[in-house]
Amino acid sequence: MIYSAIVFLPAIGCLIAGLFGRVIGARGSELVTTSLLIVSCVLSWIVFWRVGFEHETARVVIERWITSGELDISWAFRIDTLTAVMFVVVTTVSALVHIYSIGYMHEDPARPWFFAYLSGFTFAMLMLVTADNLAQMFFGWEGVGLFSYLLIGFWYTKPEANAAAIKAFVVNRVGDFGFALGIFGLFAVFRTINLDQVFDGAGGVAGQTFEFLGYQVDILTTLCLLLFMGAMGKSAQFLLHTWLPDAMEGPTPVSALIHAATMVTAGVFMVARLSPIFEHAPVALDFVILIGSITAFFAATIGLVQNDIKRVIAYSTCSQLGYMFVACGVGAYQAGVFHLFTHAFFKALLFLGAGSVIHAMHHEQDMRKMGGLMPKLQFTWAMMLIGTLALTGFGIPHLAGFSGFYSKDAIIEASFAAHTAGNYAFWALVIAALLTSIYSWRLMFMTFHGKTRADHHTFDHAHESPPIMLFPLSVLAFGAVVAGAAMPFFIGEGQHEFWGKAIFNGEHNHILHAMHEIPAWAVWSPTVAMAAGFVIAYIGYIWAPSIPGALANTFRPLYLFLLNKWYFDELYNAIFVKPTFWLGNFLWKVGDIKIINGLIDGTAAGVYAVTQRAVRIQTGYVYHYAFVMLIGVALLVTYFMFMGGPH
Amino acid sequence: MDLASAPILSIVMFMPLVGALLIGVLNAEAKGNARWIALYTTVITFLISIVIWVKFDPTTAGFQFVEERALLDVMKFKLGVDGISMLFVILTTFLMPLVILQSWKVIDHRVKEYMIAFLVLETLMIGVFCALDLVLFYVFFEGGLIPMFLIIGIWGGANRIYATFKFFLYTLLGSVLMLLGVLAMYWHAGTTDITTLLTYKFPYDMQWWLWLAFFASFAVKLPMWPVHTWLPDAHVEAPTGGSVILAAVLLKMGGYGFLRFSVPMFPLASDYFAPMMFALSVIAIIYTSLVALAQTDIKKLIAYSSVAHMGFVTLGIFTFSTQGTEGAIFQMLSHGIISAGLFLCVGVIYDRMHTREIAAYGGLVERMPIYAVFFMVLTMGNVGLPGTSGFIGEFLTLMAAFKVNTWVAFLATSGIILSAAYALYLYRRVIYGALVKPALKTIQDLSPREIGILAPLVALTILFGFYPAPILDVTAVSVKKLVSSYEAAVGTPAAKIQPAVIPAQPAPQPAQH
Repeated sequence: MIYSAIVFLPAIGCLIAGLFGRVIGARGSELVTTSLLIVSCVLSWIVFWRVGFEHETARVVIERWITSGELDISWAFRIDTLTAVMFVVVTTVSALVHIYSIGYMHEDPARPWFFAYLSGFTFAMLMLVTADNLAQMFFGWEGVGLFSYLLIGFWYTKPEANAAAIKAFVVNRVGDFGFALGIFGLFAVFRTINLDQVFDGAGGVAGQTFEFLGYQVDILTTLCLLLFMGAMGKSAQFLLHTWLPDAMEGPTPVSALIHAATMVTAGVFMVARLSPIFEHAPVALDFVILIGSITAFFAATIGLVQNDIKRVIAYSTCSQLGYMFVACGVGAYQAGVFHLFTHAFFKALLFLGAGSVIHAMHHEQDMRKMGGLMPKLQFTWAMMLIGTLALTGFGIPHLAGFSGFYSKDAIIEASFAAHTAGNYAFWALVIAALLTSIYSWRLMFMTFHGKTRADHHTFDHAHESPPIMLFPLSVLAFGAVVAGAAMPFFIGEGQHEFWGKAIFNGEHNHILHAMHEIPAWAVWSPTVAMAAGFVIAYIGYIWAPSIPGALANTFRPLYLFLLNKWYFDELYNAIFVKPTFWLGNFLWKVGDIKIINGLIDGTAAGVYAVTQRAVRIQTGYVYHYAFVMLIGVALLVTYFMFMGGPH
Repeated sequence: MDLASAPILSIVMFMPLVGALLIGVLNAEAKGNARWIALYTTVITFLISIVIWVKFDPTTAGFQFVEERALLDVMKFKLGVDGISMLFVILTTFLMPLVILQSWKVIDHRVKEYMIAFLVLETLMIGVFCALDLVLFYVFFEGGLIPMFLIIGIWGGANRIYATFKFFLYTLLGSVLMLLGVLAMYWHAGTTDITTLLTYKFPYDMQWWLWLAFFASFAVKLPMWPVHTWLPDAHVEAPTGGSVILAAVLLKMGGYGFLRFSVPMFPLASDYFAPMMFALSVIAIIYTSLVALAQTDIKKLIAYSSVAHMGFVTLGIFTFSTQGTEGAIFQMLSHGIISAGLFLCVGVIYDRMHTREIAAYGGLVERMPIYAVFFMVLTMGNVGLPGTSGFIGEFLTLMAAFKVNTWVAFLATSGIILSAAYALYLYRRVIYGALVKPALKTIQDLSPREIGILAPLVALTILFGFYPAPILDVTAVSVKKLVSSYEAAVGTPAAKIQPAVIPAQPAPQPAQH
């Protein structure tokens, strides 16, 4: 019951605001959706306590869904620690974003829709994390995609917003193409897509092969790679990441909810949820590490040079998701989910803080037109500072630190302990930590410090946001500071008890122990990287602000390469988008019209001439058709009559 | 008369014809009367047909509500429905009142004839799905096209003559071949009774020819690539009501034909031709989706997307599996609802602006928020989003395809990317963007009548997405029989299942994790 309430209260809010938004008005919609989400959030924490510490698990069947032959899929909730963690992450951030949006969107005439979408999104996300079978997960998966599409394109008069919305949906569908094939494959192998049965059977087919696309390949490796393709799309990993920066066209609270804390983490959740399968597919896990570390590094490099405050944070998200995947790839799913948990607080905090800045600056997002805002936005500044400290992993090993310090360093340690080829994952993540620190402090300095570059008017009118926007910031800031305290449960001594059977580690997987037995230099390296990043950013953006420009000029090709996001958009346009449209047009104009219709019209001309002579009525061929048919029937009947049957 | 023994199929089937006769004897000037009689007739027909659904016994695979009367020496008037055909009857009777209502204001010339054409068409369509005699089926199957020719030819757009002519030419070839097939079947089996023919075993080489003869007809109707090009033209020229019935019901006759005749009566030939069907299905899905992307005319775009969606139907049917067949039936019913809704949506703005050019629109959400929501739900149904009925059919057919041939599944699944692209691209150009075109500044949102027409379709799209059981349960037993009799004829397809190793059956009871 409590589980249903958590999941369906947001859905009810969505329906009320969506259907009766005009009746109850904007204020009514805000109140209904927000209070329902707060209730859902409170219940989530209760469930989190019960599941995480009192070890209650459950499987609740709501209603059957698709039944066909041996396929039997129900709407059902799977409640275990992993679900409970996602419950609190999703509902907490969502409730805070609802509250924040009351302030942020207060001038928008379409607020009932906005709140309906936010609540609808939350519902879909909750369906995803409670899924007991892959079809329901796919439902939530595509559902969050739909609401993300609607929210990114919320300001529908902006062409960029519309383009970004479609891009997000279609690129995600590319990932879902793999996800769907993975589900089909699981069904072909296991004759079921219910998680329990699939997990039970996974060990039995480990190492066996089947035929896929003409090749004899390892079953679980193939299926895990296909499923992971879905995760790459949703979590904006390297190659399928291009939609996330563009998605910043949506209102900022949306970015905090969807593109920081919840939807984009669905991929990590999926890999953790399917750990009983992935653990039997070491090659697939190697691929997960590879993609994760490339993303962590590559997104951080782009984040260095972006000027749009939200895009910097977006690339940062991309990069941090890479960390989470590396954790999963090395088998430390717990650490991945732990980072997901802490990241939700500080990244939502950073986005909402950026929103507060944008709000103050009258929807200016370009950091080149900011600077020196600290005196005007002291509270926001303090909040962003906390977020930055948490993101960069500020802390002292063996002592204490902000939440990101615990979770990120744990991943880096695990990556070292995993001994990837040449320790590449470890180095990629350490370098990414350095870059993270640089771009984060760059953002802080460019926005809040130095002399302002904003025009007079905007700067003079810059003002701190209303309390309703600042309150969510302070709650998230609290989380960003203390969430690390949960470490003993997520990845420490108590992890076995805390997770129960929610996450599966193979019998040879001792990564959570091995990560504590790495050399001291490896433990300290992320901290050093973090500190070095701060120093570099301080030199470049406070002490000698001419250096970045000079660097950009000296290494112009590299700068442009990063500024243009490694030219992925251009590349994809050239090899996918344009050829697809060209091919569509070609098949239509040449295939359909010239060739197929040409043949038909040629015949038609002949027949038409004949019918014209035979029946001189405008619509002669209609009667002609009837005539032919009737003659046919008549012939048939006559034949039967005369023959009196065939024998 | 005892209700239980009433010939309910005949009643449902002939009710529209009675309405048509009533309209026929009316004064030609009485437009209002013609409309009301048509509406009453179709609503009553629908209500009676509901009884069929309620009284239908989903636990038996045989034909139900069977009626039999001698018509000629050799041909019987025999009706009946099973789990495969019953819901198509309901789909037809459900859509007709909506179509009549849709034309209420728009059709203002030759109203009487319009209503008669649609009512006669309804009788013939119901006949197709109920007929249990081969000749009877043939008469309904081909006869149904005549009113449709008239509907397009009289109430259609500027280029209607060309469109109708093309439609006619395509179908003519198919129907001649099918007629020969029917003849041959009678000659060999000595009966035209479908229930008998379903258990009759034709020799292999004969199956081969018969399969091709029927294929010629069904492939055009469905339509399959490459004989699909009549459809975009017919849709573009047809009045909205014609498009709705064409897409929602007439196309389904092809798929129904494969299920009723090709697979059960010619199983060996079906098995032989399955690879070809897969190839054509995959081409249809990818090719027509790409072509849809390039369209500038809203109706053409949706017409092409229909061809792509029918690709999933043929794909599912020729997997000869439970999921594939049920998925194909579900896909047809779902497409009947969604495409009807989409064509009605096009009709709504066409009635206001008299253009189908995508470029003439943009920013409609500003003035038409309710329309935008309805159109969004139907678009998502078209895209196959889980939670809409469009998902279930695609999911089941692709799932079945994967077991048979991974290449086919791989290629066909790419359709989910392309459908998202063309559908959202359309939605963006019509609904989103700034409302700048002067002609659109005064456009009105849906009227109560239009809401009444679209709301049931939108509601069903969502309902069957979340709870498809009403459909799947009805079809299950009949499909099971179809599949098992196919397997009995061809031999179990175990050899074709791709996984080299099938694991030991996992524990039946889900363990707690």
